[in-house]
Amino acid sequence: MKKSTFVVLGMLLIMLGMMAFSLNGPRAKVPVYLVKKDSAASVAAFKQVYTVLMSPRCMNCHPSGNVPLQGDDSHPHTMLPKRGVDGKGVYAMKCMNCHQPTNTPGLHMPPGNPKWHLPPANMKMVFQGRTAPQLAKQLIDPKQNGNKDLQKLIAHADDELVLAGWNPGEGRTLPPMSHAAFKKAWTTWLTTGAFAPSGK
Amino acid sequence: MITVNINQKTYHVDADPDTPLLWVLRDHIGLVGTKFGCGVAQCGACVVHLDGEAVRSCVTKLRRAEGKKVVTIEGLSPANNHPLQKAWLELDVSQCGYCQAGQIMSAAVLLKANKNPTDQDINDAMAGNICRCGTYLRIREAIHLAAQLQKKEGSGK
Repeated sequence: MKKSTFVVLGMLLIMLGMMAFSLNGPRAKVPVYLVKKDSAASVAAFKQVYTVLMSPRCMNCHPSGNVPLQGDDSHPHTMLPKRGVDGKGVYAMKCMNCHQPTNTPGLHMPPGNPKWHLPPANMKMVFQGRTAPQLAKQLIDPKQNGNKDLQKLIAHADDELVLAGWNPGEGRTLPPMSHAAFKKAWTTWLTTGAFAPSGK
Repeated sequence: MITVNINQKTYHVDADPDTPLLWVLRDHIGLVGTKFGCGVAQCGACVVHLDGEAVRSCVTKLRRAEGKKVVTIEGLSPANNHPLQKAWLELDVSQCGYCQAGQIMSAAVLLKANKNPTDQDINDAMAGNICRCGTYLRIREAIHLAAQLQKKEGSGK
């Protein structure tokens, strides 16, 4: 074997070793979910999921218009802040101008999260006004759900901003079930085929 | 001790990190141009710039400003000659004046991003700043005038 060939082979082996480490070493193992279709179980699970997604803690940031909703009665947000292109507001009316990285203490004070925003203008992910069948179909459509596949949809249940719904700050009701119960129903719905309830 | 840059000066503030930035500005630094209005992020009287964004200093904790650049009404321009300040004087916008520092700081963020705002752009940007004297029409007119002045002067970059 020529010396140059030996050097090239050696470098390739080192690179392969580094790739193997970077792919497997430092990363935490992500569970892979498989689908086992069961329409009855799926529809039953979605009925639970729907009650959470339509609760003010979720729906208020998934409005049908370009102004977020506010409060347990889901009224339009005072001051009428606009969504903006990226969902983070416009000019002097950006979400993070009032919403801090954590909840501001006090009754009805601005809730906080470092990622506080609406869905962007090109992917509005509207919940408000959607029926259960409409929302179920929308949630699994990559063109309407932020290009999420099954694994990403399941992982989204633990998104920082989703979790904020269960830490809403003083004076706001919680979603109708615990986050653990929601995640179980969400995962069940998706892994049993993500069937939509019948009807329009 | 928390280090904050305010109006291009570095301050080492000995205060609880949870102290509202407004308290630090007014009580620790002595910059009283920024006003306390509602204390719950509803009125806009306390708006200052934090790394260029128009935050409400009554609910912004000191810890969020650590290592960042804060600009108050006192630091908006070197000689109170920002196009908005000139326009405010030209059109005699203020009545009682209490909300005006916040109004001008919000408008400054608008004019930095949008050199030629429409009435709708101004409404969208200024909807969070309340004026109990009802000077809204003069505020809007002054922002249009400031946009023209800014264009003439080539400022607002």
